[in-house]
Amino acid sequence: MSPHLILRVVSKLLIPIIVVFGFYVQFHGDFGPGGGFQAGVIVAVGVILYALIFGMEEARRAVPPAAVRYLMAAGVLLFAGVGVATLLMNGAGEPVNFLDYDALHPDQSHHTGQHYGILLIELGVLFTVSSVMLAIFYAFAGRIPDLPDEDW
Amino acid sequence: MDILAHLLPAGIAAHAPVLLVVIPLILAPIAALMPSGRIAWAISLLAAFLVAILALVLLGEVSQAGSVSYHLGGWAPPLGIEYRVDALNVPILLLVGFVGLLCTIYALPSVADEIEPGKQPMFYSAFLVCFTGLLGVTITGDAFNVFVFLEVSSLSTYALVAMGGGKDRRALTASYNYLILGTIGATFFVIGVGFLYMATGTLNMVDIARVLAEDGHSRVTEAAFAFIVVGLGLKAAMFPLHVWLPNAYAFAPNFVTAFLASTATKVAFYVLIRFLFSIFHPEVTFVAASFTWIFAVLGTVGMIVASAQAIFQTDPRRVLAYSSVAQVGYMMLGLGMGTKAGLSAGMLHLMNHAMMKGALFMALGAFALKFGVRSIASLNGLGRTMPVSASAFTISGLSLVGVPLTVGFTSKWYLILAALDRDWWWAVAALIASSLLALVYVGRMLMAIWMEEPPSHQGKAIAASTAPWAVVVPMSILALANVYFFFNADPLVHLANAAAEAVMGGR
Repeated sequence: MSPHLILRVVSKLLIPIIVVFGFYVQFHGDFGPGGGFQAGVIVAVGVILYALIFGMEEARRAVPPAAVRYLMAAGVLLFAGVGVATLLMNGAGEPVNFLDYDALHPDQSHHTGQHYGILLIELGVLFTVSSVMLAIFYAFAGRIPDLPDEDW
Repeated sequence: MDILAHLLPAGIAAHAPVLLVVIPLILAPIAALMPSGRIAWAISLLAAFLVAILALVLLGEVSQAGSVSYHLGGWAPPLGIEYRVDALNVPILLLVGFVGLLCTIYALPSVADEIEPGKQPMFYSAFLVCFTGLLGVTITGDAFNVFVFLEVSSLSTYALVAMGGGKDRRALTASYNYLILGTIGATFFVIGVGFLYMATGTLNMVDIARVLAEDGHSRVTEAAFAFIVVGLGLKAAMFPLHVWLPNAYAFAPNFVTAFLASTATKVAFYVLIRFLFSIFHPEVTFVAASFTWIFAVLGTVGMIVASAQAIFQTDPRRVLAYSSVAQVGYMMLGLGMGTKAGLSAGMLHLMNHAMMKGALFMALGAFALKFGVRSIASLNGLGRTMPVSASAFTISGLSLVGVPLTVGFTSKWYLILAALDRDWWWAVAALIASSLLALVYVGRMLMAIWMEEPPSHQGKAIAASTAPWAVVVPMSILALANVYFFFNADPLVHLANAAAEAVMGGR
């Protein structure tokens, strides 16, 4: 019988809801308050809660630190990559500037490109923010103290 | 100059302002994922090389067109973010680009020696982020964007300084102090920008200047001015807001010190000039008063006091760090004159100081590769043990004093001329006094290097050797540049004059 049975059961129920709420904040960011930063923090909180209740080992198995590192870089690359993609796509023959989302989709009357652009950018923010949150948590939680507690 | 503008195909050159910032930004996460430090180094080198080329292209474009404006996302300013390159920031871009390139070459042996292998890719990644931030601060024409990039560069700088903790744990407290003071500086700056936004309703620098000229100043803009000056003063290590600098420079890895000493404070100083001259008008009463009573006075006090403090330091890196504070004093004095000649002399000293300090810190790093250099006594006799590095150190040290045949003389000469122009005899006296103090602290190190007995091992002198090529080449280039630009001062003087002209117009 594990000591924190209620915590374990409740957090098992809550974590999926937290993550789904994170994605809601993410994808609703186009129309209302929200976006990648907030969503990234909420998604990371789901994993941090898991680590607090089930221990660092379990959390590291679920979301390996190496994956966190790649995700961190991937987010920045996705963000900057959208800008570079707009440079390369060059709109309808007209040269466009860095991060001009209109180049991403030919439908200029509805500005579909703007919509795609912000969606991709926010996705990059989500990746980076959530993985940086986790990286900071892993770094602090995984830190071996210089002095063992008994030696103080 | 025309050739420079056509270095790259037109399609790429049109996007040069943004590529300058985006290339190091994109390469930073890629460097972080590399398995070894050497590959990450190669990526950093590529970034620095491309940035240097792009800075040259921008120099060409600016000399043709006067200024280059790039609208991010196609949104026209003042609503959109604008990158704006003109004669004032193009020298800073060139400086950051080329010093960045030389420092990156130098990084290979220095980082391999000081940073543990597993952390090297992340270290280079942090360097590239810092590089991005410094370039972004310099190039952007949007006041809030300056804050964002200032924080991008500062946050990565704190991490870079703390990486010295592998060798000396004091780097951690140095970095923490820097973090606290740097954050206070950034907060003051952003409060000031907030006040400006409140008063003018715009964040675009050109537009703020226009609205301020039309509507005049109020208590709000005066408060904004005060906050911005203090905030940027902290970042630029303006006396007496410099207390974070000596430890940060003394305990950071050698490569980081060489890079920061020749770029970071310079960029913050550029932003100060931009705000004082382009956004606030130097003829507005409270701005003019701040020139005489804040910048000139504190600059003068700073160059005397910090030079005197440098004399009493035992760690050569702290000597040079205090000397950096004194050199910021020279630039402040030039700025405080409020004349075109003064500003131009300040800009010239800014560029020259980057060359001197870059070479000096690189030479100290070269000594540190072979011998742990923690006190002036450990420099004893290195003139015979490491003649090449010692010579580079000597040339740039003399340049720091302002000995003729080096650029240090040129910029001090122009500063004195500008001071005489305003009949500021006390400033001339202070310049000479501070140079004499510099002679003392540089002389102490040079005496140790050339006069004392070389280091020995079991009674035998250690054989003479040279540092690795990756140290010698960039160090020698910077040291020789100190001499070259004395004999051929026109390019730099021209850049400095054009910069002063760009912000002061015909005045």
